Amino acid sequence: MTNPSLLASVTVPEEVVAAWRADFPILHRTVYGKPLVYLDNAATTQKPRVVIETLQHFYSELNSNVHRGVYYLSEQATELYEDARRTVQRFIGAASPQEIVFVRGTTEAINLVAHCMARTRLRAGLEILLTQMEHHSNIVPWQLAAEQTGARLRVIPITASGELKLDHEDELFTERTALLAVVHVSNSLGTINPVRELIGKAHEYGIPVLVDGAQAVAHLPVNIQELDCDFYAFSGHKVYGPTGIGVLYAKRYWLEEFPPYQGGGDMIRSVTFERTLYNEVPYKFEAGTPNIAGAIGLKAALEYVQSLGLERIAAHEQQLLAYATEQLESIPGVRIIGTARHKASIVSFTVEGIHPHDLGTIADREGIAIRVGHHCTQPVMDFFGIPATARASFALYNTPEEIDRLVAAVQKAIELFRG
Amino acid sequence: MEELRELYQQIILEHYRNPRNFGELPEATHRAEGHNPLCGDRLEVALRIEEGRITEIRFRGSGCAISQASASVMTTLVKGKTMAEAEALCERFQRIVTGKEPPNSELDLLDAFAGVREFPSRVKCATLGWHTLRAALQQVPETVTTE
Repeated sequence: MTNPSLLASVTVPEEVVAAWRADFPILHRTVYGKPLVYLDNAATTQKPRVVIETLQHFYSELNSNVHRGVYYLSEQATELYEDARRTVQRFIGAASPQEIVFVRGTTEAINLVAHCMARTRLRAGLEILLTQMEHHSNIVPWQLAAEQTGARLRVIPITASGELKLDHEDELFTERTALLAVVHVSNSLGTINPVRELIGKAHEYGIPVLVDGAQAVAHLPVNIQELDCDFYAFSGHKVYGPTGIGVLYAKRYWLEEFPPYQGGGDMIRSVTFERTLYNEVPYKFEAGTPNIAGAIGLKAALEYVQSLGLERIAAHEQQLLAYATEQLESIPGVRIIGTARHKASIVSFTVEGIHPHDLGTIADREGIAIRVGHHCTQPVMDFFGIPATARASFALYNTPEEIDRLVAAVQKAIELFRG
Repeated sequence: MEELRELYQQIILEHYRNPRNFGELPEATHRAEGHNPLCGDRLEVALRIEEGRITEIRFRGSGCAISQASASVMTTLVKGKTMAEAEALCERFQRIVTGKEPPNSELDLLDAFAGVREFPSRVKCATLGWHTLRAALQQVPETVTTE
């Protein structure tokens, strides 16, 4: 995997970023009379024109159901839908399109794996290994699975800089560990975890690994075969695609071993009231009419990202991260939460004497969208002893000038509160 | 900036920095906990009610300027009031922050929160303390939420 700090030395010219910005219609609007500064990309990214037009084209020209029509439209839609699967496969470097299951998003992907692990592998006496920086959606499904099976959760702690505490690495994995579920990039801290090393270590003990890649795929090159993880989950809408479409990558033998997650149409080969034969993978896990337009829109998004080049996007975002960190840190009273050595373009921070919620409101009136709250990572907030943070998260279309506007808004808040 | 100054009035910031009636009330007869799941704010309101009148009130918790100042102002306004009077104030406050009642011509503390109406996502912050007061008055045993 490319070292993100090395990328920071590459500069993407201003005019290139300006051309990227021009691809996103929403960036041209104003909010409260001011040009929109969208810095909530970890929540969802904006959509390039090509994605919007792909959705419109599908619904205006090709709309039909997949895998069942003998007519032209359905054949076209099916081809595009399956083509999207192959695009995802290539984008993350998976071995086969049959290992790509379309789901609603990261959350559903993790629920699918947790549900199936509960039915096949988990039992009392076994442990599910998580980390303290997991998003609630990589905690709660495992709690449900644990409740159901009697398995227990064990948590890898974090350090004050927001890195995984791996100094007793050899004690992490035991014969009781049934699975490791770990976030690739933390949504509240920005930390890029050493997942490749963790996966290698876990596999030495024969322990499968699920990686929550929701915050990773848009910001760093991911190659599944290099990582060698058993499961990888991500959402389309965080990588410039539509909402409601996501991906579960799973090694084929898991998909073969797992029972179906949901029952319905498309996941079956034949049904009688006595017995149902399930469809082959990955269709066994895609019950009901899938999000066809979403998958095709995701394909357009991934192709768009590829056309720009993830290495260049990452280089640009690393520069934004460095600039934002430096500028925010220079304001007295600002504390950056999450100072790991390897970070993606997420800056969580607090301002002394000002609650993040108030900061969010003041930034909003300046046309700046930032996220304030616990970011669905309450255990992280508890660790740092804070109820919430403000979070600016950058995408390919953000600029240093936008960071200047955020900094000015923070200063305005300080002035308003202390003035 | 005008709307922001309207929202973050000096009186609100002042109550945020120096909350009144803040702390624990061991001799409380009624108490309730309020929670705003949106921002994670939590606060506890404790009352001592004697012969139908709020003789003592304290609140505890942490949160944004709006929720803390609102709770602080609330304690100063309902102290000494009867339960029915406190309920009526709750209702009036709700109407003010949602724009259903125009600010009073005579400036009073409740009207300081009229600016909240321009910030719909912050109404729940403003009402947290009042909702919690109501829960305490009605002795709802569970944590109330603003949802």
